[in-house]
Amino acid sequence: MQPTIANTNFKTEPYQINMGPQHPATHGVLNLLLTIDGEIIKKVEPDLGYIHRSIEKMCERDSYQQIVHLTDRMDYLSSNINNEAVCLAVENALQLEIPERVKVIRTIIGELTRISSHCLWWGVMGMDVGALTTYFYGFRDREMLNDIFEETCGARLTMNYNVPGGLMLDIHPNFVKRVKKFVAHFKTKIPEYDRLLTDNVIFQKRTKGVGILSKEDAISFGVTGPVGRASGYSCDVRKYHPYSALDKVTFKECLKTEGDTFARYQVRIMELWESLSIVEQLIDNIPEGEHRVATNAVIKLPKGEYYQKVETARGELGVYIISTGTKNPYRLKFRSPGFSNLSALNHMAVGGKIGDLVATMATLDLVIPDIDR
Amino acid sequence: MTNEALQQLIGSWFPNPEVDEIPQIIENLETSEVLEENVESSKPINPSLLEFTEEGSQFLSILVQPEHLYALMNQLKLNKQTHFDYLFCLSGVDWGEELGVVYHLESTTHRHSIVVNVKTKNRENPNFDSICDIWRTAEFHEREAFDFFGIKFNNHPNLKRLFLTEDWEGFPLRKDYVDEINMVIK
Repeated sequence: MQPTIANTNFKTEPYQINMGPQHPATHGVLNLLLTIDGEIIKKVEPDLGYIHRSIEKMCERDSYQQIVHLTDRMDYLSSNINNEAVCLAVENALQLEIPERVKVIRTIIGELTRISSHCLWWGVMGMDVGALTTYFYGFRDREMLNDIFEETCGARLTMNYNVPGGLMLDIHPNFVKRVKKFVAHFKTKIPEYDRLLTDNVIFQKRTKGVGILSKEDAISFGVTGPVGRASGYSCDVRKYHPYSALDKVTFKECLKTEGDTFARYQVRIMELWESLSIVEQLIDNIPEGEHRVATNAVIKLPKGEYYQKVETARGELGVYIISTGTKNPYRLKFRSPGFSNLSALNHMAVGGKIGDLVATMATLDLVIPDIDR
Repeated sequence: MTNEALQQLIGSWFPNPEVDEIPQIIENLETSEVLEENVESSKPINPSLLEFTEEGSQFLSILVQPEHLYALMNQLKLNKQTHFDYLFCLSGVDWGEELGVVYHLESTTHRHSIVVNVKTKNRENPNFDSICDIWRTAEFHEREAFDFFGIKFNNHPNLKRLFLTEDWEGFPLRKDYVDEINMVIK
């Protein structure tokens, strides 16, 4: 066998290339400045702010009821959970007693939102790695949920269903029936998802061992949600700081230890089952009662600092309110899960190929308005 | 660990006896050596170095002087009894006369939380020590605070605007920021 002759005439050197802001794999207007050598990634630098709306500054001049509406526009795929976070923060600050009915309905809709978000993620995840069919399957099942939301909340995406003190309206008479129908339907569909994508050899080769994040790094980078749990970091806010009716249900925290793209994929598929189980436990036992308690028309929080965590589909959302006792917050900070998760991208992608970066980004499940706020 | 126990332990790192003892303690902290032994908590805390408060917040809150911020943070992370390894929120705040940063910390092993406050009166050139080598998530969060509040972080590896463009004038989340075109004043 002849020895291979090394090419000494040409040497490689790193150069920079823009990925985005119109790249389909960035799922929105995210610009990544890649430093690459051939196809090996040397550095990933996100360039943010294309859709920054300064929600935090707007909150400083808005009333607490108005702020709820702005939160839909951050992580629009878990809009109901975002609404809930602000409402919980305000209610805890006012020490309002919330009816059991409200808590249960909030949790059911929250978990349905999570399923809907994971359905969309599953569809685009498949599409990012080259399987177009998943996109239609994911959207088909998500459509059923959107119809349920539309009937009860009046909107399909930006729901605004929560208000400080409860819910804007009571649930639609069809709600329970349709949710049960969806649960029965979706239970037959998740195995279909597995057959189509999870067990696919090409898909597994694209994702296994790619974009590895260790547990220590996950904690240090503040990575939460399914991404953190795939690295073995037990960070489910629903377990450690249960809110609404989550302390009444039993569910297990989905943990994996590999920390690669495939583990993150598996965690989200497992979460679909857990969310279905939570909905099933609650849907038959929605307590009777009021759907809202009266609050003052002008809500003034007592002077102090309030922090509320919730688990959105992407991870831990924190709402940090500093109040001086007026009708507006003095400062309101949203600790968004996507922002912290994105900060780990450079660490995960360096040394890999550009194709791996696309797969890694797909399992980070970035929603750009959540990062830009 | 309960808030009282935390307060005693952290307070014991900054004791208030004779003045000549203080530099020695600070030196200890900067070597990032983990203090294993339980220092007896009888020594009162030096109020000029840090203050505790539990008022108006669900977490125990510390106000620390900027020059001791890094030493305190390093100790909070490394000490096995506190072990605050998860920085879950870092917010810049314009307190009116002062600019400040609020750090929310949680321990993933002990599951206790704490809030660290740091403030400066220098609005022209506010700067604190960066903690992004202790918690790497701080790198982005500190850039965000720099972008919106103009707070500089010493030793930050890449301190530049994160959301706004490089040529943006002023720091929008400060209370004295004016933009007659884009801001609606009610």
